[in-house]
Amino acid sequence: MKCKKCGIKASVNMRQHKLALCKEHYLEWMPEQTERFIKKYEMFTHYEKILVAVSGGKDSLGLWDILVRLGYQADGLYLGLGIDEGINYSHESQRLAQKYADEHNLKLHVVDVEKTYGQSIPMLAEKSHRGYGKPCAVCGLAKRHEMNRIARDLGYDVLATGHNLDDEAAVLFGNTLSWASEFLLRQGPVLPSSDGLARKVKPLCRFYEREMTAYCLLQGIEYIYEECPFAEGSQSIYYKELLNQLETARPGAKLTFYLRFLETRKTGELFIENNVERAHLHACPKCGQPTSTDDLCSFCRMIAKVNAEVEA
Amino acid sequence: MTVKLILRDKEYEVKPGMTLLDSLKKINVLSESVIATRDGEMILDDEILRDGDVVKLIAVISGGSR
Repeated sequence: MKCKKCGIKASVNMRQHKLALCKEHYLEWMPEQTERFIKKYEMFTHYEKILVAVSGGKDSLGLWDILVRLGYQADGLYLGLGIDEGINYSHESQRLAQKYADEHNLKLHVVDVEKTYGQSIPMLAEKSHRGYGKPCAVCGLAKRHEMNRIARDLGYDVLATGHNLDDEAAVLFGNTLSWASEFLLRQGPVLPSSDGLARKVKPLCRFYEREMTAYCLLQGIEYIYEECPFAEGSQSIYYKELLNQLETARPGAKLTFYLRFLETRKTGELFIENNVERAHLHACPKCGQPTSTDDLCSFCRMIAKVNAEVEA
Repeated sequence: MTVKLILRDKEYEVKPGMTLLDSLKKINVLSESVIATRDGEMILDDEILRDGDVVKLIAVISGGSR
């Protein structure tokens, strides 16, 4: 497969865009597209201070890298969650986040939950009895709280997270399965600021997880490969796997699912009765069945067309 | 005469001469879920795998089963 821009051997093929690119052009294309999404969804400007939530994973480090390459004022925030589970998860993810910051001379704020609140995330989960034996609910709550606190206290205009399209599509899929209308109406690339809550944005929301992995590999960004040990077997990962089966059979299905949702929500069609009167119907002059077209109904038109071809 | 595919801590062997895509189907891995590298270079679905190739598969869904 050849690069669409220069014709040399391609490194990445994006079937949903019918676009294959070589390393050089892929590494150009990703920031260009990110800039396009930032402007399209009015996420932030070059005059605003951005706080990037950095976990040490591919998405957040990739996001930080792209924003800095685009010339945005982007600092990082790493939250030490105190998750070990025998693989030193938090320690390793912090090391990689710090390594990236040091190598690129960037500012990384580090907040250790245990040092700040006296308990790590697993300890908080156990003692608060939230989350049915898993600390994920407590972790999400603590992350949202701390990210907002730091953004507000340190005077950042906006908080950017590395959610990619697979993350967004999996959340959308879950919320659609349960018709969680309140969540559906809130999901989007931008959550505007309100009453003490910082604006939250997701500049990677239209990139597949696969594209972020490719970006980090080609850009030489070292990231933590293993997911949080508590995330294994989670519902969101199961949904992502299901959506990838769909994507394999129908390239672009994930992207269409998410983008059509955003469009539908924006136009106000979601969960609102369609009050438009039914289009005026009249009887087909040939068969008498109702049709919205001015002349023959679609079926009679098709029969007439086929007959004309047969007779010709 | 084999091609070795490595995904996390699992190793698979397939016959040489197949494309990457066919090799992935053979071991029941979705192409959409992985990025394949050979000798440190990313390769695409239409790449023909040769005898002795060692292909490292990088899972794109962290924590996924595949």
